[in-house]
Amino acid sequence: MPKLISQQQLIDSPWVVLDAEQPAPTSHYLLPLERWLANREVAADGAPFGVVIDGDQPLDALADSLAELPLIAINFPKFTDGRGFSTARLLRGRHGYRGELCARGDIFRDQLQFLSRCGFDSFELPDSADASWLESLGDFTQSYQAAAR
Amino acid sequence: MYQYNPRDHQMVSERVKQFRGQTERYLAGQLSDEQFLPLRLQNGLYIQRLAPMLRIAIPYGLLSSRQLRKLAEVTRTYDKGYAHFTTRQNLQLNWPQLEHVPEILAELASVEMHAVQTSGNCIRNVTSDQFAGVAPDEIEDPRPWCELLRQWSTLHPEFAYLPRKFKIAVNGSQADRAAFLFHDVGVELVRNAAGQTRFNIYAGGGLGRTPVIGELVRSDLEPKHLLTYLDALLRVYNSHGNRANKYKARIKILVKAWGVERFAKAVEDEWLIDKDGANTLADDAIEAMKQHFTLPVYQPPSADAEQQLQQLADGELAFSRWLSRNSHGHKQPGYRAVTLSLKPTGVAPGDVTDRQLETIAQLADDYSFGEVRATHNQNVVLADVRVDQLHALWQAAKAAGFATPTVGTLTDMICCPGGDFCSLANAKSIPVAESLQRRFDDIDYLYDLGDLELNISGCMNACGHHHVGQIGILGVDKKGEEWYQIQIGGSPGKDAALAKVLGPAFSRDQVADTVATLLTVYTTLRHDGESFLETYRRVGLDPFKESVYAKVN
Repeated sequence: MPKLISQQQLIDSPWVVLDAEQPAPTSHYLLPLERWLANREVAADGAPFGVVIDGDQPLDALADSLAELPLIAINFPKFTDGRGFSTARLLRGRHGYRGELCARGDIFRDQLQFLSRCGFDSFELPDSADASWLESLGDFTQSYQAAAR
Repeated sequence: MYQYNPRDHQMVSERVKQFRGQTERYLAGQLSDEQFLPLRLQNGLYIQRLAPMLRIAIPYGLLSSRQLRKLAEVTRTYDKGYAHFTTRQNLQLNWPQLEHVPEILAELASVEMHAVQTSGNCIRNVTSDQFAGVAPDEIEDPRPWCELLRQWSTLHPEFAYLPRKFKIAVNGSQADRAAFLFHDVGVELVRNAAGQTRFNIYAGGGLGRTPVIGELVRSDLEPKHLLTYLDALLRVYNSHGNRANKYKARIKILVKAWGVERFAKAVEDEWLIDKDGANTLADDAIEAMKQHFTLPVYQPPSADAEQQLQQLADGELAFSRWLSRNSHGHKQPGYRAVTLSLKPTGVAPGDVTDRQLETIAQLADDYSFGEVRATHNQNVVLADVRVDQLHALWQAAKAAGFATPTVGTLTDMICCPGGDFCSLANAKSIPVAESLQRRFDDIDYLYDLGDLELNISGCMNACGHHHVGQIGILGVDKKGEEWYQIQIGGSPGKDAALAKVLGPAFSRDQVADTVATLLTVYTTLRHDGESFLETYRRVGLDPFKESVYAKVN
């Protein structure tokens, strides 16, 4: 089962990515961008849900619905594809997004601190992730430049 | 030169600890080859043809004698007793053991050095003019800006997985000795009409498979915005650079595809969002950085020192030759900059032994305030030598093999490690360099030819800068055999030009003869005082081409 690091804790990931038609459960679902834009299926009672986007999808389409989204998951198709780092900065900076940013897809331990500094709050990780991965979030206690954090 | 503060020390030691952990996990099978690849590359570690290669960062080429001694010790302890100065002012070890690398990095950290981002798809070591701070034609010392850029780019969280590598050069002089038009970003220091410092930012230059001259994307940038502007520029590249094809992934391809206007506008739009953000440089931060690069305490020589120097030169031809080619003008009256040549015949260009590194350290301590600069031409510069010490320095340099009086001439060539070491190479380059040095060993002839840059690359990745040599030699593979394409007319400076290929490639045996023919065409056709490049620009490629192929066929 995929893992999730959130709030300095490693847990089993509660998130489910829906396809175009799958009915939405009551919480913890991620909608593909097109489906969100078409139907805006907000979870009842403020339950957690979100939209999942790829690093190459333009963010402008999302701009006017950001306030309704408690979470945006950015998918990394390949760990060497660093677009998602900038996507997070763009959402935080240019678009002023204040909800939760979750990194998912092909990411690994040694990227966590940089992802965090670019504005990601949580990380969906492979089954093999264990508590030692949390250590990498603290690899560096200093930084040379300002980023999202 | 820049001295580490507690934050710098903390960061390099945490980096060593991080890489030690990563290496252990890799050796224990917990990190795949694929995952370990970018991690080791961003710590300078390649897997080469014969062994790993470790590229050590020398930020904008500056080294202290203490650092040189540590490099000598590392070279002796962990390698085979020699190292190689690269064309980007770095130093490479050719034979380290992978499991020793964390230890080597710890040794380097003890003298304020590292190998961070010397490879990989990230922002690389910032390069600059080897005569920074002392050049008579300098507009402003580029080193404080280089160090600000080094810090900003180091472990930048957003730009560690770019589409491709990203190289920045800074030039602060009238002449260009940093080849800033051939970098992903070139920063040109200028003064505006009011005498204030400004930057012109060029983007999309580079060599490699597709050589391109950088284009101006922003002029008149205020210094405080340097980092926020580059954050925006890199963000545009990171978001839009080609990731499907590594040969089309450099920023130059994006700038070409979009056109410079569209690219510049995209950067400007992005920059305006965070123009005055947290990476804006405060005046006191800039001033504090400049305090790391103050002038040494120059001691004026005696009033007749220049006259005595002239007398020594008049009396000793070898000294006068060395003086004319290997010493350079200086801002400070009574001082010269001196190039220690790493191009004696029979040694791979840029190679030094551990003992030689120690000798360079000693020469730096004795003659140049304990500091040296690595140059992109693969030599070493002592930047602050008093004129009355030049003769003694020459003798010491000669004894150590550093006084080959050919700086800037044909045989002071730039040459990549080539097929002897590099797994990317199509052909060997070091033996070609040696054959040319043996062929053109007549010093009077070399001097008559004057300034002549000959550059050799063992493959189209162009580490030997063959596109910008007045004569450029490129190793190519033809059905498993090594051949050499020859091109002429390149220039890395402000009059940037890409060399043009003469025609079909030559065998290794034919290279020296072909170069000899090119030189004969030049000496025959040149007007008084005209350089090879000027003659080429006047007469074009054809006369050279005709002579070369008439002779071969």
